[in-house]
Amino acid sequence: MSSVKTTAHSVVEPTPTVKRIAGAIVILYALVTMIPLAWIFLTSIKSPPDSISYPPKIVFTPTLEGYCNLFTTRTRQTPDYIQALPAPSSTCDEITRGRNMVIAGPSNYWPRFGNSLLIAFGSTFLAVSLGTLAAYGFSRFRVPLADDLLFFILSTRMMPPIAVAIPIYLMYRQFGLSDTALGMILLYTAVNVSLAVWLLKGFIDEIPREYEEAAMIDGYTRLQAFWKVVLPQATTGIAATAIFCLIFAWNEYAFAVLLTSGSAQTAPPFIPTIIGEGGQDWPAVAAGTTIFLVPILVFTIVLRKQLLRGITFGAVRK
Amino acid sequence: MSEIKIVNLRKQFGDFVAVEDSSFTVEDGEFLALLVPSGCGKTTTLRMIAGLELPTSGKIYLDGEDVTFNRASARDIAFVFQLFALYPHMNVRRNIGFPLLSQGIAKAEIRARVEETAKLLRIDHILDRSVSGLAGGDRQRVALGRAIVRRPKCFLMDEPLGTLDAEFREVMVHELRELHNRIHATTVYVTHDQHEAMAMADKIAVMNHGVIEQFGTPQEIYNRPASMYVADFIGSPPMNFMRFHSGLRRGMRSIVLDGHEVAVPEVGEDVAPGEMALGVRPEHIRFSDQAPIRGAVYGSEYLGTNQIVAVETAAGIVKARVSADRSFSLGETVGLEFNPAKLAVFDCASGRAIASSLYAGARHV
Repeated sequence: MSSVKTTAHSVVEPTPTVKRIAGAIVILYALVTMIPLAWIFLTSIKSPPDSISYPPKIVFTPTLEGYCNLFTTRTRQTPDYIQALPAPSSTCDEITRGRNMVIAGPSNYWPRFGNSLLIAFGSTFLAVSLGTLAAYGFSRFRVPLADDLLFFILSTRMMPPIAVAIPIYLMYRQFGLSDTALGMILLYTAVNVSLAVWLLKGFIDEIPREYEEAAMIDGYTRLQAFWKVVLPQATTGIAATAIFCLIFAWNEYAFAVLLTSGSAQTAPPFIPTIIGEGGQDWPAVAAGTTIFLVPILVFTIVLRKQLLRGITFGAVRK
Repeated sequence: MSEIKIVNLRKQFGDFVAVEDSSFTVEDGEFLALLVPSGCGKTTTLRMIAGLELPTSGKIYLDGEDVTFNRASARDIAFVFQLFALYPHMNVRRNIGFPLLSQGIAKAEIRARVEETAKLLRIDHILDRSVSGLAGGDRQRVALGRAIVRRPKCFLMDEPLGTLDAEFREVMVHELRELHNRIHATTVYVTHDQHEAMAMADKIAVMNHGVIEQFGTPQEIYNRPASMYVADFIGSPPMNFMRFHSGLRRGMRSIVLDGHEVAVPEVGEDVAPGEMALGVRPEHIRFSDQAPIRGAVYGSEYLGTNQIVAVETAAGIVKARVSADRSFSLGETVGLEFNPAKLAVFDCASGRAIASSLYAGARHV
């Protein structure tokens, strides 16, 4: 009898060593991709001198100055004037006075952030709604020229959207859509709807028709069947599509710069303008970026389960 | 409960005719099996009755009312799908209650009726489970529950046992028939399995390439097949066909097969000379040393209670179902004796059965 020890291993299940190596690679990759994010966050809690010091400071005294500068506009005053003021009413007040300045009023950051929320979520909602309905139609009905229409829808993605910036700029000026939230919502919807149709058609094609037929037999109209049976099963696809649309609309910069300047301006074109206000205020820019990242992070975490759950066809055998 | 009447129903997809001019009536409380070999527009008839497909021409009456173009949701018909189509995002209770919800029935009553149905199907213990974890048989019962809970006018079932394994299928065949005996719902059941059809149905409609070849009770279909197609499709092993060339006259009581006279049921019509086939069920053959028709044993298949012996004769290979007591050696010569009352004669060109006293009183399609 030989005393060679054999380790039982399955062909499908990776061995513990393979698992450990794979895990290490994933963790390493995650760390590398998170360095810029960490850097942005750290910069946002540095003081302006710390933020531009060379070599960069890893150890420093955190301060809220960046956030104070982000949320306020300030005016420079003489030390005598500041001395004469009553005691500071907030932390920001105190920090600002330390730099020989007083708070003049709130900055435009929150209104711009609000515009971004409205425009990104509004256009995502529209693109996903229209995309779901169109995808359902293409998936279930005999649409005349369906293939050509689908190709046309896809073809709108075949050039960079910015290629049509000038015609859109002129059109928007003509129709009074420049610098309006409605204009931006329509624009982002138009860009995203093609992606939504194609992504969702794939998901809806995967849902067997029997479910709707069963619902119609059970006494529901087609629309009710769509609402009660198809939609709940398409949630995974809808969530994934919504995240893609939202990330595009949230991050879009070029059209936002071109078409918005005042009341409808979104956060991406606003954040760089912070730099100009009294020197290169990197902590304030980093603070604006940090806060800007929060909604997309929350949205992704909320829909994480839907994304990961995958497509399950519980009761139908394939 | 009610009667389904199909008149000249026809369905064409482009050039392909799925259902050709079918007419039949399913009487109140009757269990009809649509026996269709795999392929050819198997479930189209069922889908037209349900309203999931519109016919090219023809009419569908439900309880005397023309519902040909009514929406599926307006027909009050239940449909059990081949793959069950249980809603994966609902648990068992909500699946069964879903048809009641559409009728705006009060929550308490839905609850009561779902529980009553679940008890009937013996699935009341899994009501709060998710449907995705259920075994095949339980899914089947949930699908049935969803169908019977609202007491529809009739049930349509599309090969509901097709995905179950053989052993369990047998159990479900009995359960389905038992359920039918209890609730007496008019049922149309599509299957390609002759055993299911024979075991459950009151009536069977045998379809071939969209045409109904024969409509009758299982006994009629088996004992008095209207065509060679039906005779060949039903029974395992199927009916033997022994070919001969002859004309027939009304009143003849025998035919000549391979030079030997064979007694047959009294022929009821005149037929011009042509290729004919004598149809013999395997169990209507007896081995007899005196019989003039002889052949060599070609193979045998032991089945426990009996055995199937294949015999090579001048008119082709004939399979006989005989007692398992005796064993045969290959090449052994045996004589074949037929039960003269049970023989059928077919016209090979058209495949139809020749009228004879065997068919007296039978419904011919």
